[in-house]
Amino acid sequence: MSSVHALAGVGAEGATSVVGATGAFNATWLLLALPLAGAAVLLLGGRRTDRTGHLIGTLAAAASFVFGLVLFFTLHGRSSSGREVSSNLFTWLPVNGLKVNVGLLFDPLSSVFVLLITGVGTLIHIYSIGYMAHDPGRRRFFAYMNLFLASMLLLVLANDFLVTFVGWEMVGLSSYLLIKFWEYKPAAATAANKAFYVNRVGDVGFLIAIMLMFATVGTTSFTGVFNAVAQHAIGYGTLTAIALTLLLGAASKSGQFPLQTWLPDAMEGPTPISALIHAATMVTAGVYLIARSNPIFTGSQAARTVVLIVAAITILLGCVIGCAYDDIKKVLAYSTVSQIGYMFLAVGLGPAGYALGILHLLAHGFFKAGLFLGAGSVIHGMDDEQDARRFGGLWRFMPVTWVTFGLGYLAIIGFPGLSGFFTKDKIIEAAFDKGGTSGWILGCVALLGAGLTAFYMSRIFLLTFHGERRWSDSGPDAKHPHESPTVMTAPMIVLAFGSVFAGGLLVLGGSLQHWLTPSIGRSAEVGAHTINPAVLTVLTLVVAAGGFAGAYLRYQLRPVAAVAPADSEVSPVTVAARHDLFLNAFNEAVLMRPGQYLTRFLVWSEAVGIDGVVRGIAAGVGGLSGRMRRAQTGFVRTYALSMLTGSVLLVGALLLVKAS
Amino acid sequence: MNPSNYLVLAAILFSIGAVGVLVRRNAIVVFMCVELMLNAANLTLVTFSRIQGTLDGQVIAFFVMVVAAAEVVVGLAIILTIFRTRRSASVDDVNLLKY
Repeated sequence: MSSVHALAGVGAEGATSVVGATGAFNATWLLLALPLAGAAVLLLGGRRTDRTGHLIGTLAAAASFVFGLVLFFTLHGRSSSGREVSSNLFTWLPVNGLKVNVGLLFDPLSSVFVLLITGVGTLIHIYSIGYMAHDPGRRRFFAYMNLFLASMLLLVLANDFLVTFVGWEMVGLSSYLLIKFWEYKPAAATAANKAFYVNRVGDVGFLIAIMLMFATVGTTSFTGVFNAVAQHAIGYGTLTAIALTLLLGAASKSGQFPLQTWLPDAMEGPTPISALIHAATMVTAGVYLIARSNPIFTGSQAARTVVLIVAAITILLGCVIGCAYDDIKKVLAYSTVSQIGYMFLAVGLGPAGYALGILHLLAHGFFKAGLFLGAGSVIHGMDDEQDARRFGGLWRFMPVTWVTFGLGYLAIIGFPGLSGFFTKDKIIEAAFDKGGTSGWILGCVALLGAGLTAFYMSRIFLLTFHGERRWSDSGPDAKHPHESPTVMTAPMIVLAFGSVFAGGLLVLGGSLQHWLTPSIGRSAEVGAHTINPAVLTVLTLVVAAGGFAGAYLRYQLRPVAAVAPADSEVSPVTVAARHDLFLNAFNEAVLMRPGQYLTRFLVWSEAVGIDGVVRGIAAGVGGLSGRMRRAQTGFVRTYALSMLTGSVLLVGALLLVKAS
Repeated sequence: MNPSNYLVLAAILFSIGAVGVLVRRNAIVVFMCVELMLNAANLTLVTFSRIQGTLDGQVIAFFVMVVAAAEVVVGLAIILTIFRTRRSASVDDVNLLKY
């Protein structure tokens, strides 16, 4: 069951070693098996589990979380040299030359992911009990959620790129199933397909990366590949190619430019799904992948530059578009896109930023999940209305939602003392510290992003909870906003606590960075700061305050129309942002339509060309034989004559040959 | 005696047989014409055997006779059966097996 791999020189500097599993770690597979069993019971049990399905699902998630905690503290008790525990389960592909072992790697990096996934996952399971209470498909919903948990855990626990890829595909499947959970809505079905297609692009990238690894190193296991990188067994070009193809996979899963278009559309799924999969966990898999492959990215400066460019574009793009939408979930989705951009920015900085990326990822997991659950609570209380222009003044009716959403909101804009303040500030600081022109550009982009984040989050917060009411409690479109039941508010409160304290707990004293050292190497020490950190913090706060002030002046002090002004009345920038900066249109015009024409042409040429030839031959032979069978008259003497003629001709030919 | 006379005779007999097969309608007569052709062939075989001074041709002639006898047995049986069902011995009446 256990195997010991000697692993030296992995990580930036710290020489660490993977040790075999002992004790509780022998049962690491239980982490995945519990939710998987939950999904199996719910899917195979059918209607018999309708009444208890949500409880079974929640219990499976909670059990996985508790076991994750046990493993985490066991790992915590070990010395830092023995904190990478690998347990082999079975040999999947024992083909000559390619040997793939399915094994689990429980190390500091995967441990924090396990806790985030199962912890937030359990909270959102509990929330969904209330949110989906009246949905006839609730059992199926919980089954898919459990399936997602198992897939995501496989993704972060695998010790081999190929096994990671299996988890990668399985989360894609769960995401697809959950986006189109209300598949009778055409928009949801389309959004699910779109998510699937866009993710295919990234999957191809990931697959090519795996193939490149196998072709150059001969193995796809983490230890094997990272050892080869450490021994410089992979040329710089190949290493860059691997890193870039991995980045393609990461960008598609994490909604990064240019593959971000699926993520906002994925908001068609139920809100708990938006919170769990499309904000807190699955979409951060790309960050995980880059942090996990840190030896590869550390080794390729060129690839990291591309990561930084992608991140910078995504941060601005997400922020700008987020300012224009009125749909509360779409705004949060674009906010997710830009926040993951920050994480990419951090991991793109190399050894200086891997830990910062994970840090922001964890903090973001808390506050963005909390924000989505709050949005879900508002949508639930407002009878499935999502347009923030039709909200207003809701704080009086939903005090708990108001407070929890508010704390998440303060955390994301970086209010001093809350999560985002610690984690985002660090990233902005690291961006400036990169030095040179690129450092200044990245730093300014991150700073501008912080200001825009403050603007659009304040805008959506004020539109929803403050200002005048833009709904009525009478008439045909009457709304009766009410606070959600305790089963929904309790997870929101827990996540609000996380939003407030997680960042500080993780950052202060460098606790998380220290913890992650065995997995991702020691953070590179920064020599001299480009800008004094204290000055930068004040600067960031000023920029964020500016963003808030802009939103306050525009959306609190001035009346807001309940219907969005038409495109002709707003600035061109707003029009562009409303249309996703025309990126969807671009994709449609440049990629989708030509593809459609190509397939139509191929179908046509197949029907006319290939099928035409085949059918033509068949028709020709058929017609010819139809004529030729007329020779079969049924008169014996005709046959005799033809035989005689044939014989005479044959003999004549023979004689002719002989004579010549 | 010049052996080519026998060959000429065989050719004449074969041609008579062939024409008979093609022009006559009565199955029995057609049959007899087939026999004529076979025996013309036999005559050729024996003649060449004589010319060559070997016995091969004569041996084959015996084979042909045996096969011809067997053929007659089967052929006459078929003709008889057809005659019983269709009351006709004309080969043109038996033309159902066609396109």
